[in-house]
Amino acid sequence: MAKIVRNQKDFDEFLEGYHMMPQDYELIDIPERFDHDEVAPSSTFMHDVWVRFKSNKGALIGATVIVIFLILSFLCPAVSHYTFDGVDTAQQSMSPRIPGLEWIPWFSGQSGIVQYTGDLAGTYHFFGTDVLGRDLWVRCWEGCRISLFVAGTAVLVNVFIGILYGMISGYFGGWVDSIMQRFQEIVNSIPTLVILTLLLLVMKPGLYTIIVALILTEWIGMARITRAQVLKIKEQEFILASRTLGASGFFIIFKKVLPNIFGQIIIMAMFSIPNAIFYEAFLAMVGLGIPAPQASLGSLINDGFKSILVTPYQVVIPVVILGILMLSFNMMADGLRDAFDPKMKEM
Amino acid sequence: MSEKQPILKIRDLDISFKTDGGNVKAVRGVDLDLHRGETIAIVGESGSGKSVTTKAVMGILAGNGTINNGTIEYTYADLSPERITEVQEKYDGVIPEGYLKPEELKTVDIVKSTPKFIQSEIRGRRIAMVFQDPMTSLDPTMTIGKQVMEAMRFHYNTPKKEAWKRAVRLLELVGITDAEKRMKNYPHQLSGGMRQRVVIAIALSCDPEVLICDEPTTALDVTIQAKILELIKEIQKKKDLSVIYITHDLGVVAKVADYVNVMYAGRIIETGTVNEIFYDPRHPYTWGLLASMPDVDSSDDELYTIPGTPPNMLHEPKGDAFAPRNRFALKIDEKLAPPMFQLTPTHKVASWLAAPEAPKVDMPEDLKKRIDRMKKEADINV
Amino acid sequence: MDKSTIKYILKRLAISVVTLLVIVLVLFLLMKMMPGTPFNDEKLTETQKAAIYAAYGLDKPVLEQFWIYICNMLKGDFGISYAIQRNMSVSALVGPRIGVSFGLGIGAVIIGTIFGILLGIVAALNRNTFWDTFATVLSVIGVSIPSFVFCLLLLILLGVQWPVLPVLYNSSNPLQSSIIPMVALSMGVIANVARFTRSEMIEVMGSEYIQLAEAKGISRRHLIFHHAIRNCLIPVITVLGPIIVGLMTGSMVIEKICAIPGLGSLLVKAIEVRDYNVILAVSFLYSVLYIVVMLIVDVAYGIIDPRIRLGKDEA
Repeated sequence: MAKIVRNQKDFDEFLEGYHMMPQDYELIDIPERFDHDEVAPSSTFMHDVWVRFKSNKGALIGATVIVIFLILSFLCPAVSHYTFDGVDTAQQSMSPRIPGLEWIPWFSGQSGIVQYTGDLAGTYHFFGTDVLGRDLWVRCWEGCRISLFVAGTAVLVNVFIGILYGMISGYFGGWVDSIMQRFQEIVNSIPTLVILTLLLLVMKPGLYTIIVALILTEWIGMARITRAQVLKIKEQEFILASRTLGASGFFIIFKKVLPNIFGQIIIMAMFSIPNAIFYEAFLAMVGLGIPAPQASLGSLINDGFKSILVTPYQVVIPVVILGILMLSFNMMADGLRDAFDPKMKEM
Repeated sequence: MSEKQPILKIRDLDISFKTDGGNVKAVRGVDLDLHRGETIAIVGESGSGKSVTTKAVMGILAGNGTINNGTIEYTYADLSPERITEVQEKYDGVIPEGYLKPEELKTVDIVKSTPKFIQSEIRGRRIAMVFQDPMTSLDPTMTIGKQVMEAMRFHYNTPKKEAWKRAVRLLELVGITDAEKRMKNYPHQLSGGMRQRVVIAIALSCDPEVLICDEPTTALDVTIQAKILELIKEIQKKKDLSVIYITHDLGVVAKVADYVNVMYAGRIIETGTVNEIFYDPRHPYTWGLLASMPDVDSSDDELYTIPGTPPNMLHEPKGDAFAPRNRFALKIDEKLAPPMFQLTPTHKVASWLAAPEAPKVDMPEDLKKRIDRMKKEADINV
Repeated sequence: MDKSTIKYILKRLAISVVTLLVIVLVLFLLMKMMPGTPFNDEKLTETQKAAIYAAYGLDKPVLEQFWIYICNMLKGDFGISYAIQRNMSVSALVGPRIGVSFGLGIGAVIIGTIFGILLGIVAALNRNTFWDTFATVLSVIGVSIPSFVFCLLLLILLGVQWPVLPVLYNSSNPLQSSIIPMVALSMGVIANVARFTRSEMIEVMGSEYIQLAEAKGISRRHLIFHHAIRNCLIPVITVLGPIIVGLMTGSMVIEKICAIPGLGSLLVKAIEVRDYNVILAVSFLYSVLYIVVMLIVDVAYGIIDPRIRLGKDEA
């Protein structure tokens, strides 16, 4: 490759096949050619995030499933002529029957206790009915909506509490910070399971009690991120500069901190949602769930479990929905994390 | 330059890396000679291909790298186990000239060797490497002693007691006090300078003939830098080692090297003795490197700097890769890459400025003054 | 062990003790407040009440009562159950169940850790191959889906559809009855450990000290077994803490589903019938277990890994 030119002969050999131009040995004397900086096609951070998120198959599938589930959970209970609490003793424990899919044994409607015969020959319960004859298709999507509502509300409040706690702790520093940190450490070292159980024993069971219980468990991570960011920004001297100008430090820091923790908080919230869904189901399973006739995925599983030997579909369907929902949220959260911080991907 | 067979003879080495964006040409036709007892330096910015070249020699290219072309001929003494013990006992690993019978010298092409052969016969055993950052290059969960003994235990099956003794001697050789005690320490209990000494001891543990030092002092304090360089030099003399320095720091080069190779965009663009490169540089890129050396004496005004950034080697540039950053680029630079013009038996430069018809371009005035000053200082020191 | 390590351990110990005290205080207050506890059961006669009050020292000042309460708890005296097994002492009720729960949990941790580590290492060393994809998919599923979902699906598949394994726990054949719950519990462990090990291994394999070890000319096997695996396994200890805690929650539901006579199913039952003494006792045990596990993991990590300077983020 690297031809060594020792003498004119070597040089001629090297130049063989190249047409020498008379001006070839002139200097390219255009000083301006170094003046401009290279302009790279720049794109905003959020745009990059979106591009990276879009290229992640798992995240897209997760997001799509979540959207479909959301639509179904709002649409189905509203459109169906069954209601989530409509008891019908004539239609107890009928197995799933879906028009067009009857050739699949699971959806033929033949394994239930009450059969689709006589007056019921024309009815279809997509997911069957439960022991009280309530339509499970409606109940499942109703339950899905409630679970999502519980999880969503809890996480939103958590984000708020977490940011506020972290802000106060980091901004005031000193003994305030110490006390708040110790408190956080102590709360963090009590198992969630114990907090939830004890709290629900004292409070009346119900939707909002469960939300309150979930709020108590997930805020610590958010507070940590916020506090770390506040401390970092407090260090930077421009805060000092603007403080002397008379602006309120707390507000400035909040405005500086928010964009920096935005990504992390979103990711954390996305991971918290399936967690909250899980804890809701967990509480239902240990008998601290939403009281009947309201339904959540957890309470549906708990009810269906009682007749697992006779009508397994009553537990399988909500369990599968729960599983898919949690999987989708996790895949989407994974995708978001990779999109916000591509370096983390290799980790 | 001697006419003897060099220990290491690289010809036309061509390496590329597969990436998502396509093939990156990291090394494009490199020639390199290393003779016994010599020190050569490869100088260049990061990404110029200097590390890749030496990694190819060691057979530790990353998984996506391939050698497309070229040879790396390595000549070594292929001794029977008895002769090895003999040499080790008699000469402490240093084989005097003429001691070996000609049939004991063997030349292999590393490019064509099997990974197994490189691993068991060459890497670590005959060609060893000192890494850049001593803070991260020692295994944090293994004692110093174990790490120093590992290679000799592996290559020579040295018995444990014997290996321990040798390791202690090695640590003493590289200037670690309390070597016995240090053997049982973990890396985090040692300072940066100490750790780099350990890394050197590890490299020396199998009595290699060639030592590759990849930026051995970049990560160290200035005060320790000089000591480590001094140490390597001393050991080189003692053990008759051949050393390759990879660095971007010309200050280091001036202190240690016999020959200098300046690399840019996967090519050697200027090569020569240390005096030729420092006192009579011909390539504008070399001028830039010399000018950007920190220097207490020079005024703080804008010296000659190299504008722009190194090229993206995803697309192999037409013509001279350095032309877009070269203030003295000729029109031909944009069309045809220059050959290596031989100026003296040792000094070669790949720049069209060296062509017979090229206009006479002098190095920038500031640099000239600086070189004059360096020359004077060198005279005083001598 | 240097000074900072000891300081850190002492600090962790102090926090653990304080936490435990806080938990006991909460339990104590709950005990006093909750309706239907032995302390304010309306059905009790005055003499019965007096006897209980005397037994628990409730005729003494509150602080002293608290002290007695702590002492009783530490002695393992949690009072009597009065709904599940009337008048049986809670410790007698809880005692035999600890072993069952513990066995199940330890089994799942051991199985899960071994398979998880193997899977993670194999995946990291064969990147972008079938094993890597397999490990990644399995990790996502195992991390996302709760263990009781696996347990229910396994029960229906292997207990109802193709009845090869018992659906309910059979104490005469604990091994066979433990297969489904243990597999279900270990899924999450495998997934978490595999995911962590894989990323850790990839990081280690790219590190400078692995390059240096490789440059010594040792074989790949030696490199992987003596350098890479050692370094990637140490941080795995850190994930074991959260994993064990997750197992505690998961096993509670699973014990209920499979009717395993363990602590979890006892707690569920106690919640159903509002047997407060049992609830408090089991909660206390869970808290102690949790705190001890976290303490052990933290301290063990600090002692084992010489790289970690404990207490360095104190500043």
